[in-house]
Amino acid sequence: MTVTESKTTTFVGTSVKRKEDASLLRGRATWVDNIAPPGTVHMAVVRSPYAHAHITRVSTDVARAAEGVVAVLDGAELAEDWQGSLPCAWPVTEDIKIPPHFPLATGETRFQGDGVAVVLAESRALAKDAAELVEVEYEQLPAVAHVDKALEKGAPIVHSDLGTNECYVWKLETDDFQAALEAADVVVTRRYVQPRLIPNAMEPRAVVAQAGPGGELTVWSATQVPHILRFALQLVLGIPESKIRVIAPDVGGGFGSKLNVYAEEALAAALARRLGRPVKWTEERAENYVATIHGRDVVHEFTLAATKDGKITAVKSDAKCAMGAYLQLVTPGIPLLGAWIYNGAYDIPNYSVTFTGVFTNTTPTDAYRGAGRPEATYVIERTIEALAEELGMDSLELRRKNFISEFPATLASGLTIDAGDFHAALDKLLELLDLDSIRADQKARREHGDVKQLGVGFSTYTEMCGLAPSRILGAVRFAVGGWDSATIRMQPLGSVQVVTGTSPHGQSHETTWAQIVADQLGVDVDVVEVLHGDTAVSQLGMDTYGSRSLAVGGVALWHASQKIIGKAREIVSHQLEVSPDDLEFANGSFSVKGSPDRTMSIQEIAFQAHAAHNLPDGLEPGLEATAVYDPPNFSWPSGAHAAIVEVDTETGDTRLVRYVAVDDVGVPVNPEIIDGQVHGGIAQAISAALYEEGIYDEDGNLLTTTMTNYLVPSAAELPSFETDRIETSSPTNPLGVKGVGETGTIAATPAVINAVVDALSHLGVSDIQLPATPERVWRAIEEAKS
Amino acid sequence: MRHVALTVNGSRHELELEPRELLVYVLRERLGLTGTTIGCDTSSCGACTVLVGGESVKSCTMLGVQADGLEITTIEGLASNGQLHAVQQAFHEHHALQCGYCTPGMVLAAVSLIEEGKATSESAIREGLEGNLCRCTGYHNIVRAVSAAAAGVS
Ligand code: FES
Ligand code: FES
Repeated sequence: MTVTESKTTTFVGTSVKRKEDASLLRGRATWVDNIAPPGTVHMAVVRSPYAHAHITRVSTDVARAAEGVVAVLDGAELAEDWQGSLPCAWPVTEDIKIPPHFPLATGETRFQGDGVAVVLAESRALAKDAAELVEVEYEQLPAVAHVDKALEKGAPIVHSDLGTNECYVWKLETDDFQAALEAADVVVTRRYVQPRLIPNAMEPRAVVAQAGPGGELTVWSATQVPHILRFALQLVLGIPESKIRVIAPDVGGGFGSKLNVYAEEALAAALARRLGRPVKWTEERAENYVATIHGRDVVHEFTLAATKDGKITAVKSDAKCAMGAYLQLVTPGIPLLGAWIYNGAYDIPNYSVTFTGVFTNTTPTDAYRGAGRPEATYVIERTIEALAEELGMDSLELRRKNFISEFPATLASGLTIDAGDFHAALDKLLELLDLDSIRADQKARREHGDVKQLGVGFSTYTEMCGLAPSRILGAVRFAVGGWDSATIRMQPLGSVQVVTGTSPHGQSHETTWAQIVADQLGVDVDVVEVLHGDTAVSQLGMDTYGSRSLAVGGVALWHASQKIIGKAREIVSHQLEVSPDDLEFANGSFSVKGSPDRTMSIQEIAFQAHAAHNLPDGLEPGLEATAVYDPPNFSWPSGAHAAIVEVDTETGDTRLVRYVAVDDVGVPVNPEIIDGQVHGGIAQAISAALYEEGIYDEDGNLLTTTMTNYLVPSAAELPSFETDRIETSSPTNPLGVKGVGETGTIAATPAVINAVVDALSHLGVSDIQLPATPERVWRAIEEAKS
Repeated sequence: MRHVALTVNGSRHELELEPRELLVYVLRERLGLTGTTIGCDTSSCGACTVLVGGESVKSCTMLGVQADGLEITTIEGLASNGQLHAVQQAFHEHHALQCGYCTPGMVLAAVSLIEEGKATSESAIREGLEGNLCRCTGYHNIVRAVSAAAAGVS
């Protein structure tokens, strides 16, 4: 059969207004916290106030007797409910240490916030009141909160039976690396501390679980990963997946923090099963700070080696990565998401990357927007500046000299970038920037010795996203595949249902998926309805994270569309009695080549397919198709960003003057939605550069426990952004798309810090630790003076 | 329990409330008005913003009993005759929401800012919305939407 060509591209590439807005703007969204089936009991979790302690006694009698209390249970009492531990899906090495991790601690607590007991009561308030009445006696144990300390001899051990805090060592090194390093003219090594970031999705987590008498289980969860959660609940609870339905209704942001399988989800499900009543838990923000995963917390030692004329010959990264107290769903794998791109946008032939995963008595780390790639991009984009300084070269010239410029490009790390144009992105950025006048202003301020100094910082990046080719995932020991699915169902009267395996929580799939399908089938975007986030509706899916939805799930839509068109062609061919090869499909209609008046619209065919009065022999009625798409490669967005900052040299205060981003996300589906994703990512990354830091004291007490002492930026802290694009189509998929969810968080943090350092370089400042708070900036200036 | 009468989106409600019940829970759990969301426990995020007597108030900072006799507008009551309010419309047109969790509070804070005549410039809007956090949009499009609505309304 010939490949169907649908030439009409009406919606893709245009900023169709979002379908999602209708309910969200009117307050008609369905958040999990809105849900309470009749008979719901409310759960509160009693949490350890200590980072590390023996639980010597849990007494629940007083709590049990309190008003409205239905049950109080501790970890020992619930032990029999667990078929398995909360899963870690990415055991990155063969000898990785995976400590058991049950929803409630028994014997020992290992981070502040570790669950010790649960209280179930008739209302949220009564559950909370009674939780205060659970008396837990602890014997405090020595704790360790920071990776450097945790690897020292004699450090407190988080899991004493392991005898070490080292979780794993993972290494990737090319053959001639060592020789190349030794042969280099110039070698620059820098150390970087990337602090903990607390994701702070605006909707806290929430779960409602309902168990039926036949052993069936329905779980509503504020999750990014309903399909993965269903799978994991079988492992933890022993209920077959076929009996489990997970629903992620409207979900209020995730940024990786809801890409997980959490203790409270398992607890609610187990307790619903025990009690025969629906169980509900809604996280409070204070709990969110300790009970939801954190991001980053990595210490790098990073080296670039080069010839004296500026050709980079080798890159070496050695990172200690905090795991926290337990391994959550993909905790150990987060560094690996950056493992193959420590060369950044540059062609560097010799490559060495080592990660040491380290247990500490802290909240587990896991995916936070960008996951692994912001870490890698930060160290290369900071160090390229240091290398330029060392070589006495302009850093943009150094970048250009080393840019990967021919595609497809196979990296020293082994992966292949399918398409990009790094020079073009930088060219466009410079066009938008007017660098000469910025440099003139900077020069004048320096000459006058102004209090407020100006700095400009760059970041050129590429990232691997679109998780992911299943074979590669298998090769790096990830437990499951990276495909996704789409089902397209033409209803008899011509409307279209699309079922996707992706699970949006702000990404606008209801709109953009409809755009893609509408173009392929030649129908109006308004007749396409996208269903998602319910495993009873969408049986097959790998959910939403890692900028994967468009490059995997979106491409599955294309494949399913071709199947629909293929089947439609058979029906038309039969009914019009022409060869399938003599049919053309365009604008939602088949016509016979050479006799354009003989046509059949896709809606007409849908009706014929359902009526089934006159179908070819053996053809099934209905016009529905499912495609499962496994990408052959990752996708590779790239771009060039610049930040311009004004730094007050007396107070250390940094103000962002401009932020300019040029990204290459492949073929744009909805430019306005792309811009929105870029804005949000940039904002989070600027905030990581200037404001956000989750701080633990030496004893493992989290000091940043609320939005009042962990600064989530408001509109007042941020500027407007200037965004633009270049476009290189991805040859890996028929839509040419790459994904956009993480570009901003990957690119922006180094751009901002490079700008702050640039503003102060004439004062002798060469680095500032993240985040560049006024105090840190002020200290850096003072230290440079002395 | 205290007897309280309050008017929400034009409907009068008589309720027996516990003195400690926060207005946001009264709206969400007693009246089923779940458009108002909760994002924090430190009055930091503004997700719960509603209009009380026309002015924006974080409904997690107010007790239900304090609302006795007052007129409240929540996001559910902002559109009239099926027509979105100008601020809602502007949020739609400028893609000022992604996950939408902050949106009800953000929209109502913006309505009040515009009505007070304070949405006069980009920086005034940014300062004026300081009490409302959004983690998705980076605020860029929110500021554009509020500027547009302010220009249209005034
Ligand atoms: S919930 Fe009211 S300010 Fe956050
Ligand atoms: S749109 Fe998600 S928090 Fe604002």
